Amino acid sequence: MTQMVVMEPGGRHAAPGPDQGASGPADPARYRLRTALARGDALTRASALVMGLGNVARRQYAKGAMFLLGEVAFVVLLVVNGIPSLAGLGNLGPVTKGGQQWDANGQFVNVNPTNSVQVLLYGVAWVFLIVAFVLVWSAAVKSAYRAQVVVARGKRVPSAVDDARELLDGRLHATLLTLPTLGIVVFTILPLVFMISMAFTSFDANHTPAFNWVGLHNFGVVFSRTGSTAIGVSLGLFLRVLAWTLVWAILATFLNFFLGMGMAMVILRRGTRLKNMWRAFFSMSMAVPQFVSLLVINQMLQDQGIVNQMLKSWGLIDSSLPFFTNAWWARATVVVVNLWIGIPFTIMQITGILQNVPGELYEAAKIDGANWWQMYAKITLPYIFFVLTPYLIVTFTNNINNFNVIYLLSNGAPTPVGDSAGQTDLLITWLYKLTVDRGNYNVGAVIGILTFVVLGVVALITYRNSGSYKNEEAFR
Amino acid sequence: MTLPPTTATDIRAGRTVVHRAGTPTARGGMRRRQRVADAVAHTFLTLMALLWVIPVVWVLMESFNKNTLPYTTTFFPTRYTFDNYVQLVTDRSVMNFGAMFLRTLVIAIFVCLINLFFVLSVGFVMSRLRFTMRRSLMNTALILGMFPGIMAVVAIYFILKALGLTGSTTATVVALIVVYSAGSGAGFYVMKGFMDTIPISMDEAAMLDGCTRWTVFRRIILPITKPMMVYQAIVGFLTPWLDFVLAKAIARTQDNYTVSLGLWQMLQKEYIAQWYARFAAGAVLVSIPIAVLFIVMQRFYQSSMTGSVKG
Repeated sequence: MTQMVVMEPGGRHAAPGPDQGASGPADPARYRLRTALARGDALTRASALVMGLGNVARRQYAKGAMFLLGEVAFVVLLVVNGIPSLAGLGNLGPVTKGGQQWDANGQFVNVNPTNSVQVLLYGVAWVFLIVAFVLVWSAAVKSAYRAQVVVARGKRVPSAVDDARELLDGRLHATLLTLPTLGIVVFTILPLVFMISMAFTSFDANHTPAFNWVGLHNFGVVFSRTGSTAIGVSLGLFLRVLAWTLVWAILATFLNFFLGMGMAMVILRRGTRLKNMWRAFFSMSMAVPQFVSLLVINQMLQDQGIVNQMLKSWGLIDSSLPFFTNAWWARATVVVVNLWIGIPFTIMQITGILQNVPGELYEAAKIDGANWWQMYAKITLPYIFFVLTPYLIVTFTNNINNFNVIYLLSNGAPTPVGDSAGQTDLLITWLYKLTVDRGNYNVGAVIGILTFVVLGVVALITYRNSGSYKNEEAFR
Repeated sequence: MTLPPTTATDIRAGRTVVHRAGTPTARGGMRRRQRVADAVAHTFLTLMALLWVIPVVWVLMESFNKNTLPYTTTFFPTRYTFDNYVQLVTDRSVMNFGAMFLRTLVIAIFVCLINLFFVLSVGFVMSRLRFTMRRSLMNTALILGMFPGIMAVVAIYFILKALGLTGSTTATVVALIVVYSAGSGAGFYVMKGFMDTIPISMDEAAMLDGCTRWTVFRRIILPITKPMMVYQAIVGFLTPWLDFVLAKAIARTQDNYTVSLGLWQMLQKEYIAQWYARFAAGAVLVSIPIAVLFIVMQRFYQSSMTGSVKG
């Protein structure tokens, strides 16, 4: 066995080199699963079936026992719970309609419909568990192979204490990443997969708790011209919401940026006094929680709200301004209020950047006889864009998903009769209304998937075309 | 002719600076034009400042309004009282604001600790340790960060339900803690960026002296990272106070509400006539600690951005 490892030509994934200390275990990355299965001895290969066997045989009792216990626990769970759960994925539960039925013995009994959500969730969760088990299994085989190699080279096999110590040193990354990764897998990735799978079922307000797979039917509903009147979804509505989402994101991002930059420049100009006072005024609104200011502004702009009352009492208008009842007024309102929320942040950002523009650039431009507009367009603006492009991209995707402003301010209003989305609804608030408010989870999931696609495309295009991506050192 | 030293500021001010225009009359015209520009700028800033400050001041005034009804005809209250605050805290018959406040505080403390632990761990691992999958894990985190939690909020709710974390108040508190903190490890980028500025030679020297990587983390990286830890702790602490969406989807009955849901509830049709002024009082009570923390956070963020190791 020793020769086999040492003589391997090229030694791509060969055993650790001679520089590795006797007690310090080698870089585990070098032990690949394929190598382990190809070059492992009988014991190592048997470990692929009975996990931990190789470890126990090489006196790593604790480690081997842990692998073995893990395997036994997994197999028992799989038989008791896993196989039924995975089988359930096939039709999401046999009983689609509850009620009184005759059972096999001729008795009249109450039958509850299957809770398909649970069946689907357990099935998806088991897929995740199996993937996790495969990872552990591969670790077990590699560990057995490593023990084999270490013994073959006449070195001391790392004991349980060594292994534990290694978890705080060479394998510290595994120790520290376990919990955060677990959190992300269970509460970010699992929900995403679970929700995506709902898009292919009949899980809506009328099919609960029992539902079934329907393939691409829901995509057909969203993309058909007539759509579904019961749910209030159609291609026209989807395109309208999509168009408004994009227009909104562009307006919200760039108006914020340019107006904020304008105000930052007015504050910074030489003649302006009390610069800090102005900045403090604009920062005040940042310190108020966003949902509070949104709720307050929503109240102020109601038909009977203070703004309309004031305008009426001053005799400027006769009837209330339709802030949230006319589609165009509502759209303008959310954009303007979003400026109120966003501009202070932009001022803060841009003030810092403007103070960092290299002064020599302006000196040189002045010597060449440039006027202020030329300097602004050729120096200030490119510099700001260069520094802020990543920030702008993040802002843009955040605006596509700007749930709070829309939901708390206009709640999508005004909503045409029969539609499930209002004139100011974004894809994300539409998704929320379809699922949380109306229980049409399948169509909501379709909208969710389409939102992923939009976000992905936008992020890809903008990252690819941004100056700071193409040329990281333009201003260094 | 002496001229003021040219600074970059005049260019940014967006004004033509003709330094070599010689005659006194030309300079006089310039001065007049500058005075007009100054006046315009200050008027503009005053108007804008009013626009930004008035809603904030309005909430403050409204919270002392003796007339508790919504939709009054005067902008600011005509008679003032402190009752709204007293009633907000003492009147527990319809809405228990005090309990909501405490509940949110408990959630915030736990989220703050877990979030800090996760972000420090992941930030350190990604900044200091090298292992297979490092790059792909970082890219995955970047992509996952693009999808807000609200997108799969229904799925999260069903998962919590399967775990038995819905229904009772205690369960909801645990559920909200889990939901706010579980994914926080993906937000490690700022922390990693900060740790990247700590010279690697410090780690190497310590490891030559026999330190393990864990000791390096505990004894060297963590003490230097303190300003960033304050920033991160406040970010975590503020999450439950500022969130509305996830809480609304998970805490479905009023007994389980957090502060933001409570305030939102006060403005719903059934409550607004009674609770309008108390809403303003609640908003002020919530905003003050948040504002203080926010200002502290900004300060620490800026000080940590200037670099980790000075000199």
